[in-house]
Amino acid sequence: MSSNDNLATGAEDSIQYVTVVIGGQLFGLPISQVHDVFVPDSVTRVPLAAPEVAGVLNLRGRIVTAIDMRKRLHLPDRDENAQVMAVGIEHKGESYGLVIDTVGEVLRLSMDSHEPNPSNLDKRWAEISGGVHRLDGKLMIILDIKRLFGAMVEPMAAA
Amino acid sequence: MDDLLSEFLTETNESLDVVDVELVKFEQEPNNAKILDNIFRLVHTIKGTCGFLGLPRLEALAHAAETLMGKFRDGAPVTQEAVSLILISIDRIKEILADLETAGGAEPEGSDDDLISELERLSLSARTGAEAEAEAEAAAGPDVTTGALVEQVLERPLRPGEVSLDDLERAFREAECEVELPVEAATNAPAAEAQEDAPPPLTVKAGAARKATAEPKGPEKAEKENKSGSSVSSQSIRVAVETLEHLMTMVSELVLTRNQLLEIVRRHEDSEFKVPLQRLSNVTAELQEGVMKTRMQPIGNAWQKLPRIVRDLSQELDKPIELEMVGAETELDRQVLELIKDPLTHMIRNSADHGLEMPSDRRAVGKPEKGTITLSAYHEGGHIIIEVKDDGRGIDVERVKSKVLERGLASEAELEKMTDQQIHKFIFHAGFSTATNVTSVSGRGVGMDVVRNNVELIGGSIDLRSTAGQGSSFIIKIPLTLAIVSALIVEAGGDRYAIPQLSVVELVRVQNNSEHRIERIKDTPVLRLRNKLLPLVHMSYLLGADETDVNSELESDTGFIVVMQVGNQTFGVVVDGVFHTEEIVVKPMSSMLRNLTMFSGNTILGDGAVIMIIDPNGVASAMASHASSVVAEGERKGVEEAIAAAIDGQSSVSMLLFRAGSSEPKAVPLSLVTRLEEFEVSKIEHSNGRDLVQYRGALMPLVYIEPGQTRRSEGTQPMLVFSDAGRSMGLVVDEIVDIVEDRMNIEVGSDRAGILGSAVIKEKATEVIDLGYYLPQAFEDWFMRKEMDIAALTKKVLLVDDSAFFRNMLTPVLKAAGYDVTACQSAQQAFELLENGDTFHAIVSDIEMPDINGFEFCEALRRDPRFRKLPVLALSAVVSPASIERGRQAGFDDYVAKFDRPGLIASLKDMFSGELGIAA
Repeated sequence: MSSNDNLATGAEDSIQYVTVVIGGQLFGLPISQVHDVFVPDSVTRVPLAAPEVAGVLNLRGRIVTAIDMRKRLHLPDRDENAQVMAVGIEHKGESYGLVIDTVGEVLRLSMDSHEPNPSNLDKRWAEISGGVHRLDGKLMIILDIKRLFGAMVEPMAAA
Repeated sequence: MDDLLSEFLTETNESLDVVDVELVKFEQEPNNAKILDNIFRLVHTIKGTCGFLGLPRLEALAHAAETLMGKFRDGAPVTQEAVSLILISIDRIKEILADLETAGGAEPEGSDDDLISELERLSLSARTGAEAEAEAEAAAGPDVTTGALVEQVLERPLRPGEVSLDDLERAFREAECEVELPVEAATNAPAAEAQEDAPPPLTVKAGAARKATAEPKGPEKAEKENKSGSSVSSQSIRVAVETLEHLMTMVSELVLTRNQLLEIVRRHEDSEFKVPLQRLSNVTAELQEGVMKTRMQPIGNAWQKLPRIVRDLSQELDKPIELEMVGAETELDRQVLELIKDPLTHMIRNSADHGLEMPSDRRAVGKPEKGTITLSAYHEGGHIIIEVKDDGRGIDVERVKSKVLERGLASEAELEKMTDQQIHKFIFHAGFSTATNVTSVSGRGVGMDVVRNNVELIGGSIDLRSTAGQGSSFIIKIPLTLAIVSALIVEAGGDRYAIPQLSVVELVRVQNNSEHRIERIKDTPVLRLRNKLLPLVHMSYLLGADETDVNSELESDTGFIVVMQVGNQTFGVVVDGVFHTEEIVVKPMSSMLRNLTMFSGNTILGDGAVIMIIDPNGVASAMASHASSVVAEGERKGVEEAIAAAIDGQSSVSMLLFRAGSSEPKAVPLSLVTRLEEFEVSKIEHSNGRDLVQYRGALMPLVYIEPGQTRRSEGTQPMLVFSDAGRSMGLVVDEIVDIVEDRMNIEVGSDRAGILGSAVIKEKATEVIDLGYYLPQAFEDWFMRKEMDIAALTKKVLLVDDSAFFRNMLTPVLKAAGYDVTACQSAQQAFELLENGDTFHAIVSDIEMPDINGFEFCEALRRDPRFRKLPVLALSAVVSPASIERGRQAGFDDYVAKFDRPGLIASLKDMFSGELGIAA
């Protein structure tokens, strides 16, 4: 049951990640921060908002602000009919949905495979990435929620 | 902190607030034993409780104050000094209580000996004045009070609306303390009303009648009231504000869910749910109303501190002030109440400090010495209106003007054209205070703008009316509640938006061929609505859609116009469709979206979709920058545009193109036109051989461009209105064609009176009219009025400008101001005139001239000792810091923009008033 303990205490040597795919790249979100996974439906556009704001939607009576992660990461738009998913998270008491392409599995990764951001990583990515995990045959970038919102909310508030 | 203590703090704070109010009242009617008894009792209760809880410092202070009041009760004369001292003591008690609260129950260190000894001194001196018998009684006062009070308490127990079961009271009973608690005579109503102040627990009242001023009742009657009162108090309980808030949230959710259900049932015709749902809907509505009621509090709660503040101000400023309060029982949401408290206090201070004059000044103008501030509140529609009125001096327009200029909020030219009302509005600008002296009361420059912000934050508006010498009044209009608003659901650019009903005045359906169609002045869409032009903006445009798309949408010109009013601004927002109105619960937007001023929040509609709520204030400010409200500010804009254009491209000017009399287009510089108006033909009257219309309370003569010109026989007659120094002339035109910006080049001069010449405008030969010819037709003495003072008449001014247009435009302007003007077209010619011995008192010179430009001209003048001190004024289309500096170096006395006519006149005036001796 050591894995459960780890989950509960947010163990130091291994963390569980929910993996998602955005534009072909694998990303991981710490599972403790993911509230739910849903299909974003009837999203209301918010004019004048930052480009990455996909809109607002009603998720079981709560208003969720949807953020298009492709736009956030400056990736090309997905096909119009492409399936999308969203990961529900909370930030400072507010609900957000990160719109991504697909949700993968839950991985337990130990700190051994963790590495800091490579120095040549695209600045816009490095800004929201909390490091990289070396997996078999691919790399998983850790999405750092705090930095993600820090980078988005503050410059906008200033604008 | 234990419950007992927190209960004590809450209660004592309430009592003290009541004491504050009562004392001020008492000072005014020292013979009213009722009030005194009430105060006495409250202070006594505080003292007693302090002793019980082991708070010696508080007890000693309360005791000393009580002793002094005991003297009053025994007939000692009430002095202002004594009342002030008691008030100070009350303040000290409050301070100690505040510390007590933060310290969690321990009395703060410190001594109140200063106050106590002062109180005792007054008590003693009061005693010497009292009768011997009373003296004896009073001497025994402190010891006896406990006993004496037992009888009195029955007559005057505590306030209504309190739970008899509360801990402290029980504690008292158990301790066999003398205070028989919960009930209070109705005579205490005014005080009671002011009770539920800041501390969180909120008393829910069982609808006990409250009056702003309760009539004093006989003792027997009061006793009766007590008996009935006890039953009232047991019907009300204290509920924590949090509980109510939570209840409110839940009801909001319920309303939303109900809406959702209704939406579903609407789609299924014969649903068996229909009937029960209808019932659910009704119950929900009632529940919502009920919960809202629990949140309602009389506005008097926000007013309770004001009498004390006014009293203190009155003493500090040495002005007798009377505060009248009307409608204190008007109820509004407590959330709103909290938010309105500070602005109100600020406004009262303002009125007392700036509004009311000193007694001597008041006497001088025949007003009673005592100034009156009236505070009134009443319901109107879904709003509550609060008015703060004083009978003081009103707002000094001139002072506001000079302050506006000083702060650079507007130019003199702009101010010139504003109405007094518009100028008054400047006091709502940030950092604006007209008080010359910064006093402790006001004048620190944070003021009305903060008030306005606070009011607007809660979706309200503030307005101001002021009559010089008679006082001013501020009118605040705020919604009753913030939680649930009625909104109009509209569609624009394929999305739905909610517009709060409160700001929607009406809906207008537009169709291409109907009475209401969208017209354009330049590219600005406007709508004729009941003889007024309403500036329009398309919602999609406001929301950032591409302008060309919007324009093509506007081309189709079908849709709805939501006429909105925000403050004094009225405008139309074009939307593609209007659905229905719906009660919505405003939910805050996430912080990522909070920077969008166009939205105030979002909500979930009945069909489950999220919808953005439009913020009317955001739209209004966007209107100001996006579109231009053509009519009201047309002229001001004209000037701005003209200047801007002049800076960009030399002498390109905004011209108003119109047709009159003949089919050739005619033009007049837009900056000269005050207003475009349309009058019903039936409104045009004929008198004394000429046509007139009533315009703004005066008769305005109409002038025709050509003798044979006929006006329309039906419908409305368009005209250009020119105003100057309070007089207006209407120039009758057939049609207003366009506003263009173009280089103005009069190529062919004209011999015909009234026409300056012809210029090519928009690739068409256009006659430029000479206003100087028409103005005297309306008023023969147009150029010989007011501004023409005798001194100016004797002043000869030389105008040097190579452009015939400007010579022709400025000559009448200068003549109108009373100067004797000679115009010449080059510096060369000017030198000739000067050499010929013509004397001039000032020279106004253009800068951009061929051969010798203005700078060179001025430098040459300055080299000649005869003209070294001659005032020379530069006139230029290019106004930049660099060019102004260049002008200064060349020796110009002043530098004025070509289109700034008032600036030119003012500058000349200054020059002559300052340098009369030299120039003459």
